[in-house]
This record gives sequence, structure tokens and C-alpha cells, in this order.
Amino acid sequence: MSVRVLLPGAFQKHTNGTREIQSSAGNLPALITEIETTFPALKTHLRDESGQVRKFINFYVNEEDIRFLGNEKYAFQDGDEVLVIPSIAGGCAPRDTPFGQMQMQNWGVCSCCSYCGQEECICGD
Amino acid sequence: MAAAYELRCRECGKRYENAPLSICDECFSPLEVVVDLEAARHTFTRETIAAGPSSMWRYQALLPVPDDYVPTTPAGWTPLLRAPRLAERIGARNLWIKNDAVCLPTLSFKDRVVAVALANAQTFGFDTVGCSSTGNLANAVAAQAARLGLKSYILVPADLEAAKILNTQVYGATLVRINGNYDHVNRLCSQIGERYNWGFVNVNLRPYYAEGSKTVGFEIAEQLGWRLPDNVVVPMAGGSLIVKIRKAFKELIALGLVEEKEVRFFGAQATGCSPISTAVKNGADTIEPQRPATIARSLAIGNPADGIYATRAISESRGWAEDVSDVEIVSAIQELAETEGVFTETAGGVTTAVTARLYAHGRIHPDELTVACITGNGLKTTDVLQGAYEQHAAIRPRLGDFETYLAERNEESELELGGAYVS
Repeated sequence: MSVRVLLPGAFQKHTNGTREIQSSAGNLPALITEIETTFPALKTHLRDESGQVRKFINFYVNEEDIRFLGNEKYAFQDGDEVLVIPSIAGGCAPRDTPFGQMQMQNWGVCSCCSYCGQEECICGD
Repeated sequence: MAAAYELRCRECGKRYENAPLSICDECFSPLEVVVDLEAARHTFTRETIAAGPSSMWRYQALLPVPDDYVPTTPAGWTPLLRAPRLAERIGARNLWIKNDAVCLPTLSFKDRVVAVALANAQTFGFDTVGCSSTGNLANAVAAQAARLGLKSYILVPADLEAAKILNTQVYGATLVRINGNYDHVNRLCSQIGERYNWGFVNVNLRPYYAEGSKTVGFEIAEQLGWRLPDNVVVPMAGGSLIVKIRKAFKELIALGLVEEKEVRFFGAQATGCSPISTAVKNGADTIEPQRPATIARSLAIGNPADGIYATRAISESRGWAEDVSDVEIVSAIQELAETEGVFTETAGGVTTAVTARLYAHGRIHPDELTVACITGNGLKTTDVLQGAYEQHAAIRPRLGDFETYLAERNEESELELGGAYVS
């Protein structure tokens, strides 16, 4: 049993640029645990002070909000595609603009993706 | 602050330089623009505002655009109307309508947010812009992108009203219809925003875009003679507008342009898509997403991005939220048109119906100064009035025929009255 998990750009600073993983987790809590084990740097960012997964992070299974499928009770099916998205995601600046260059110089992040955290983009363009 | 404005995380407070970003990379919460009020204290006065243009840009000093930005689209500065006839109908005595049904250039309040978003799209160097939309935003992005010479990609639910689709395509925008509801469209746009170097006004430009809504609040205060109302009734889709009107009032108080006052905020939704009003009624600080099923498609957002903040704005101000049925929405559209001569779309029907209910339930006192925000134009959603009015057979151009027609009409009226009386 394997599900494909797509991670948002906002995570990549904490995942060394990884955007996608394959998981054998059976449900959402197991998946979150697996993500935290795979990317320890992400753990403190993924949960709030009380240990709960932050409320702005949404999970979708094959285009459906997992809360409509039973949330933590939903059992992943082989071949499911899980999409992780903060409430509103995104962030790109054109590489060849003054802003994009400033972004590189000031923050040391690439201009095609604001979050991979590498001088040379490693998360694709 | 280096600039007169910057981005800040709404939850953890992390500060960011201006950038097309909407999410904090530490806690994955939304970012918002914080304007340096001290820097604006000398440039944002009643006098400088009065000397400014007759558009939302009279408040430019508190909007996130560069100092030297020269606006090309005169959006905003819409009428604030007394509504005595509607007031009498619903038991109010001091009711006003903020009429963004006539906001230019595309007849909804979305023209305000898009004007700020596209100014920033240009600043950041984007040549292509886009949005996910329930219709009004699509129209606004398409029109203003055309005016600025930007390419635009507009993603909408496939079942959108025909008028809103036409009013997007006419500007030369690429309109992509998606099999799904707004929440599906929005999610796709988040993915597209990470893949393409485009400025999505309500995704990666969202913090800037949302600030445009403040101008509704600025205008209400100025048009009331630089004072704040007692209550504001605001339709809620993503929940941003109600939050930003409150922010505008707070900024005016901080700058001393109006006297301090705790305005109460009331949110309006359709029962068929009411995640925010449900949270308010339940006293919850979380939003449970819903699958939208309402004719008020411009409010049909089941997982509202600013839902939590809208809920807080309402509860902190000791306001309330209500939701109304589709039948009530249509009746309210007709009622507002018949009493005040304002033809609004379904979202305005929601606001009007909820306003009536708030008075009926005693949540708003009749004498309190209350402003209901009408955010869109009825010409965009005429489909909901299909069949509402009977079309009589045409008559010959003769006075006798006209008098016969009048007599028949009067007879019908009497019959209707009699029938209603008997029942």
C-alpha cells in the first residue's frame, strides 16, 4: 500500500527541498508522524505549542478535503494522492526582476521558489 | 520599518520584506500587510484626503503601494446612501447602504482589492496575473489587467453565472472553467502559484490584495463626516472584507481622524454555505468546512481563508452572524430594489436579508447608525430572477388599449388583494 504525498512550497525550507514522498501510512495521524520522522526539522513548525497540527494546514485526498472523508478515521487507499496545502499557499517572484534579484541577495533564497532555501534552486522551476 | 509597509505573520509575528508571499515559513499561517502608521501620520489627514482624487486612491498613504505609484484605475468612492424606505420596511430608523454595486470599473467591491493587488504585481515584475474566483473577482482582474497590459488567467467553477463568464472573457482574459466548486479552484491555484511565475491576486499577492478592502471602511467614515457607525453588516465569503473594514476603523482611530468607538460587526452568509456564521453561533474558534449549495455563488466558499479572523472580528466587537435561505435572498434583492432603487446581486440579497433579521431579532437597535455593505451588482445574477415577473401581452399604441390595460391591471390587483385578505 502506497500513497503519493505532495508537500507545499512553504515546507521546503524544512525538507531540504523535497516536494513529494511516497508513504505507506494507513491514515492521517500515521502520515503526519511519518512526515515528522522523515523531516525532523519540520516537526516544530508543523505543530503548535500544544502539540496540535496547526489549523491552517489542510489535507486533501484525491481532490477532496479529508475532513469530508472522515478526517483521521479515513483509511488511505493504495494509489491515493494526498495534497498538503496551507489555507492560502504560494510565493514566487520572476527570477529576472529587481525583486527576484533582491530576494537572492538579501535572503539567500532563489527567486523561482521563495522557500527552497538554497542559493541555487533545488526544487525545480 | 524600512518601507512604509511590510509583511507580518498573523500568528507568530515574524516579519518579512515585501514579497509575493502569503504564508509564514515558520508556522504556515497567513501573512498580512502592516502599514507604518507613524510614517503616514503627516500625510494621511482629513485635508490631504479631501484634496485627493475622487476614488479609493485618496487613501493611498495607508495602502501598500510604493510612494510614487500612479494609479490608473479610479476604483471606489462609491455612494453611501440613506435607506429610509428599506429602514421603514424592516423596522430600522437609521440605516445606510454602502453601494459598491456601482463600484468601477466592474461593479463590485473587488475592483478595490484588485487595484491594490495589480499595483503590487507590477512592482514585483509579473507580466501575468490570475485568480481563483466566484465571478466578481474574475471580472475585476480581467478588466484591470487589460488596462495595465498584463496577461491574465482566470480560474472559475464551471457552473458560474453566464454574465460573470462573459464579463471576464470580454476583456481578453483566458478563462479556465474548472469542474468543481470554488474551494477546488482555489486549491488548484495554490498549486499553479507554486509552479508558474504568475501573480495570483488572491494567493501569493493576497496580503496586498486584502488591504484594498480597507477603503470601504475609510469611505464609510469619511462619508459619515469623519465618524464611525454603530454597526456594520458585511457579507462573508472568504471572510476578509469584514476583517479589513474593522482594521480600517482602527487605523483611523489610531491616527486621530475619528473618535474612538467600538463598532459592532455583523456577518452575513447564505445558509447553503455558512461556515463562518455557524462558527460564530457555536462560539467556535475553528471553521468546519462545508460543501456550498446556494444561489449566492459569490459567497460560496466552503473553506474560507479568513474565516477564523472574521469570527474573531465579530465576537471581539460583540456583533453576530446570521445566514439566510435562497428564497429570502431573492426576496431581499427585490426588496432593496423596490425600496431604495439599488439592484444588487445575490450577495447583496444575503446582506439585506440578514440585516432585516438582525433588526427583527433585536440584535440591532432601530436608532443605531447601521451601514449595510452592498458589494455587487444585480445585473450579474439576473438568472435568479428568471420568472419572477410576469410579462403581459403587448398592446396596440392606442390610448383606449392603454386604458383597458390599466383597468384590467386594477381588477387583477383587487382580485389579488381580495385573495390575500380571504386567506
